[in-house]
Amino acid sequence: MTPSTITGQRTDDAATELLAADPAATQQRGRRARPRPLRRLGTIALFLAPALVLFLLLVITPIVVAGYASMYKWNGFGLPENFVGIDNFTRAFEDPTFLGDLWRAFVLIGLSLLIQLPVSLGLAMLLNQKLKGRGIYRVIFFAPYVLSEVTTAVLFTLVFSPNRGLGDTLSKWLGAEAGAIFADPDTVLFALFLVISWKYFGFHMILYLAGRQNIPQELTEAATTDGASAWQVFRHVTLPLLGPTIRISVFLSVIGSIQLFDMVWVLTGGGPIHASETMAVTMFDRGFRRFEVGYASAISIIMFMLSFVFALFYQRFVLRRDTEGAITNRGVQR
Amino acid sequence: MTTSDNPAVRARRAVLHVVSIAIGSLIVVPVGFGVLGGFKDNGQLSTNPLGWPDPWHPENYTGILADGVFWRQLANSTIIALATVAVVVAASAMAAFVFARFAFRGRELLFTLFAIGLMFPFAVAILPLFILLRSMELLDNPLGVILPQAAFGLPTTIIILRQFFRTIPAEVEEAATLDGCTPFGFFWRVLLPMARPALATVSVLAIVASWNNFFLPLVVFTDQTWWTLPVGVQAFQGQYADDTARVLAYVVLSMIPALGFYAIAERQLIGGLAGSVKG
Repeated sequence: MTPSTITGQRTDDAATELLAADPAATQQRGRRARPRPLRRLGTIALFLAPALVLFLLLVITPIVVAGYASMYKWNGFGLPENFVGIDNFTRAFEDPTFLGDLWRAFVLIGLSLLIQLPVSLGLAMLLNQKLKGRGIYRVIFFAPYVLSEVTTAVLFTLVFSPNRGLGDTLSKWLGAEAGAIFADPDTVLFALFLVISWKYFGFHMILYLAGRQNIPQELTEAATTDGASAWQVFRHVTLPLLGPTIRISVFLSVIGSIQLFDMVWVLTGGGPIHASETMAVTMFDRGFRRFEVGYASAISIIMFMLSFVFALFYQRFVLRRDTEGAITNRGVQR
Repeated sequence: MTTSDNPAVRARRAVLHVVSIAIGSLIVVPVGFGVLGGFKDNGQLSTNPLGWPDPWHPENYTGILADGVFWRQLANSTIIALATVAVVVAASAMAAFVFARFAFRGRELLFTLFAIGLMFPFAVAILPLFILLRSMELLDNPLGVILPQAAFGLPTTIIILRQFFRTIPAEVEEAATLDGCTPFGFFWRVLLPMARPALATVSVLAIVASWNNFFLPLVVFTDQTWWTLPVGVQAFQGQYADDTARVLAYVVLSMIPALGFYAIAERQLIGGLAGSVKG
């Protein structure tokens, strides 16, 4: 928990500074820039308070509570008393279901990055061409994003239903036994990925499309005039300039895969025999159904650490130049 | 465009159309299957899953619409979405104002704290959140969904609004201050009106997020009276597992508000997502 402790401390500093409104410390800096630092601090505190309170109470506290509960064997009622240290964590890493969850998360992330995002990028490039009716295509491709995961999942359960859906026909196309694409442990994860892609490819496409439209036309035109082929223009001009957009889209995709719940819960419930279970589904099952709140909290914390560590590294090594550009040269388009 | 008559260009365009139509049909066919399936009976669905209903059975749709449950869930979803938006946009606009226009020690750290919130999977917090809400007696209370949703919406909203607030030139603020505007007056009378497009965008994003939320209402509402549409759809599927046509009708009806909203707010939604990654 080192990273979060550090940020926690820093926040405390900042918060105390705000709330205490220490005049000596701030007057020196404030006097030069603007008059009446006390009033300014009051304004700052007042304007930040609602967001800060909500955030600390309902986002930060739950993470802390989960960290605390993860060290107890606790059914969620009364106060946790049975301290077990890191037992819940060692248990998770010995639990075949949870280890499977980890593996499936990596598979889904891999499929998203290798298939879903490139396809979305390709479609964005396609819809960036002068094409009659591209506005309509754009609207249709994006539409699934506004449907809830639950609606999507229920719809696809029925679409793939072997008896009354398109199940027989579709399953044969996809090479599974008739109607068994969601019932076959070998195909279920791929089926899940298909439905996820159905819902989210338009979202990524829109991101890329927007990124593409921010690239000044002169650049691509200049390259074309210099005799670059369409592919060369894409490879050497468009793709590098889309960098920031692609990095954000990858980030959202990975974090989304780590916390996947709604779709799986409704589509398969994690089955058959855990073949499509995700960390969040295991956590829900253990926490809310079997009342093993301590163990479920440990799974939460592992999910948290995974996303946090990933995000931290990603922020530091991948996103860094993007945010630096955004904060330091505001308004400058790259 | 003088090249538009060029056969090569036309051929390329035709290919693009074919690809677009193929992808489009992957989206339209499952939804169309749902819409038409709702007009069939279960016998027709098993013998004729792909064709037109023959005869048409509107009873599934009319039956659901005549029953109050669907409308109540629709109302719940609407109330919760609107309240979430009100809370998250108000709190975020105020915070983003401070982050964008004030210089003070610890500003970037505080901002980073919110930005870190982007990395918290909602699923991570759900169990302790449930325990927390239980101790605050907010279970089976719409506030138990509204407030956490707003809290988790803060990072995105603050980031987008701060970026927008920064684009408003300092001269505007100076002019307003010279005319006697207090910081609050500037925020309320100058910044917010100028930021209307950005506010619309974040509102639309927050509405979609709230409308589609399933996990939180699932654990917070054991009492059916507060169920939102996603929870309702899932429960309906469980209840009428054998009546596929009826479940299809329910799914289709629950999609209509979302798609209708999308039709109205398409520009804001797409613009918002686009703007949020502009950097």
